[in-house]
Amino acid sequence: MNKSVVVIGGGIAGMETAACLAEKGVKVTLFEKNEKVGGNVANWHSLFPTIRQSTEIIQHLEKRLKDSSVTVITNTLVSNISKEGSMITVKGGDARLSTDAVVLASGFQIFDSKRKEEFGYGIYDNVITSSDLEAMMKKDQPITTKSGKPINRVAFIHCVGSRDEKVGNHYCSKICCVTGVKQAIVLRSKIPQTEIFCFYIDLRMYGAGFEELYREAQEKHGVQFVRGRLSEAAENIDGTLQIKAEDTLSGRPLKMKIDLMVLLAGMEPSDGTKSLGKNIGLTQRMGAFIKPADEHFSQNKCSMEGMFLSGTCSGPMSINETLSDARSAAQIVEQYLMNK
Amino acid sequence: MNLDGKKAIWANYQKDIADDKYFYVRSCVRQNFFPGAETTFLRMMKDVLHKDIFENPCHTSCSGIGYHSDLLPLETTMTVVARQFSVMNESGYENLVPSCITSFGLYTEIIDTWHHFPETLDKTREFLKKATGREFEIPKNLAHASDVFYKFRKEIKEKATYSLVNKQTGKPLRVVEHIGCHYAKMFPSKGVGGAEYPHVLVGMIEDWGGEIVDYPERRHCCGFGFRQFAVMANRGYSLSNSKKKFESMQPYEPDMIITNCPGCPLFLDKWQYTLSELEGKTYGKDGRGIPVFTFEEVAGLILGFDPWDIGLQMHQVGTESILDKIGIKYDPEKKYLGKNDKKLSKPLQPTFAL
Repeated sequence: MNKSVVVIGGGIAGMETAACLAEKGVKVTLFEKNEKVGGNVANWHSLFPTIRQSTEIIQHLEKRLKDSSVTVITNTLVSNISKEGSMITVKGGDARLSTDAVVLASGFQIFDSKRKEEFGYGIYDNVITSSDLEAMMKKDQPITTKSGKPINRVAFIHCVGSRDEKVGNHYCSKICCVTGVKQAIVLRSKIPQTEIFCFYIDLRMYGAGFEELYREAQEKHGVQFVRGRLSEAAENIDGTLQIKAEDTLSGRPLKMKIDLMVLLAGMEPSDGTKSLGKNIGLTQRMGAFIKPADEHFSQNKCSMEGMFLSGTCSGPMSINETLSDARSAAQIVEQYLMNK
Repeated sequence: MNLDGKKAIWANYQKDIADDKYFYVRSCVRQNFFPGAETTFLRMMKDVLHKDIFENPCHTSCSGIGYHSDLLPLETTMTVVARQFSVMNESGYENLVPSCITSFGLYTEIIDTWHHFPETLDKTREFLKKATGREFEIPKNLAHASDVFYKFRKEIKEKATYSLVNKQTGKPLRVVEHIGCHYAKMFPSKGVGGAEYPHVLVGMIEDWGGEIVDYPERRHCCGFGFRQFAVMANRGYSLSNSKKKFESMQPYEPDMIITNCPGCPLFLDKWQYTLSELEGKTYGKDGRGIPVFTFEEVAGLILGFDPWDIGLQMHQVGTESILDKIGIKYDPEKKYLGKNDKKLSKPLQPTFAL
């Protein structure tokens, strides 16, 4: 097929869509703003529900990009996209490409937990995010308090930056519940003496294997789940944390001393998704994610002809959903190119 | 603890505070419990900072106590507040400075309500006109008295005789700052530093030489809580809230507590007496109480005002330990002398000296 496609974003969605299209004979150029491809998943240690290492996913996709001869341009931020007749011009760094179609795979970024000021992220030493915990696990370093003390009690806080009117994010990020369950299991496996409490609004175990993982966390690993949102955290004189919440099942306020607090930070559209969506004039939703043309029949199309969506630039998704969505995008783009 | 994290938040919550020409409205309860605080504020504004500040004897309670105790309908409260603004207008002022944190919170809440629900503003104008014949304009600038001293904290420091430093050790005094709940918890953007880590007192205390104690129950209510105390059956709850704070701050061995709300110093001060009588327990490092001050009293002290002129003899927990640490000169014999050296009666001694 003598057609070309530019994919914007080298996370797993962009990688999968690019590889699928290139395998069909399309000339694909992939722009990635960072030094390496892999996106957010590259920062993760292990993945639910199988506790598979994230590197397996990234290595698999990198090999497919290489085998299918996708041109990967890293360290390049796409600055402008404009339509000229039936072609689309993409500018990024020194490159200026005229292409038949563009796939937006600019993805998400982790919610900045500092915006939940009452939790003290960035102030209290032993308040970390799920992303920080993954980074610690990925380095295979011992999980301790910042001062190196052993951890006896941990609290995971669900829905940080999700389903939260106060920060302007009404939507559910979908993956944080099961991420918390997975991290609790991994942490408990690494430090068996640690007591783990998960504070949740409600648990959304919607995917295959998620509910089983939640059950396993309780039955096999003794993780305790408390239905209630955290109201505030503060630091004790010994560096431990004092947290306050309401246990809404018992209807009582709760105060607890913990060694480590993990904030299960939600998903927000990446800066790239926000700026490109705004600059091109795409219809946005849910705090600047890109709105698909049709929720049921055209999830990978958007309000601009020739522009397609892949992965979490249109809203929160798990890795499985992202990869499925990326394949779907490749198929829709292929059909578009064949009819062009 | 990472101070840079707090500084980033402080930078996000700065507010406009008028430079001059203030209309001052008093607290309902303060003049009874800490009578020197408001007069010290006015004295400093006029004689030290040389500002135009005016109070009109026709101003009333803002009715915030009734509002927060569920005694007054919102429409009535709005009309009382509108009258307050009308009195300010007729005095020729546009910048309102309440002494009371609850008044500040109430004015903020009502102005915000009028902004989002303009029909309530129209109704209020109608009610005020019918009831009093008055009209009113919303203040151009609304700042709590502590905001104003925060703004001029460096000027106050330049004119200060003393600093919040232990004269004998050379170390900063360890200070617990307590912010009234109605200052920023309802509208974080209206408080200097926001609601979670307010900077309004921290800025003053650090600039005046002290060191802040951040303890786990820092954000907790002082124990006033209106219905906790105003309803007699709930007073045990009021006391338990104050106790929770004392227990939490005690391990940090603070030298003093500084507040910016009329109710907070009252409860943090007087309940220490109650707890000592009930449980035989005191919370100060020296086995006595932890002295509690208003920010105006502290400003007056470092400027060299006579401690008895600013009303420190009215405190339940003795303040002499702080005067001695700072090195402030005072005459113990004059503690209970009134105007023109009139002898006032001395209070009875409690079981445990505080």
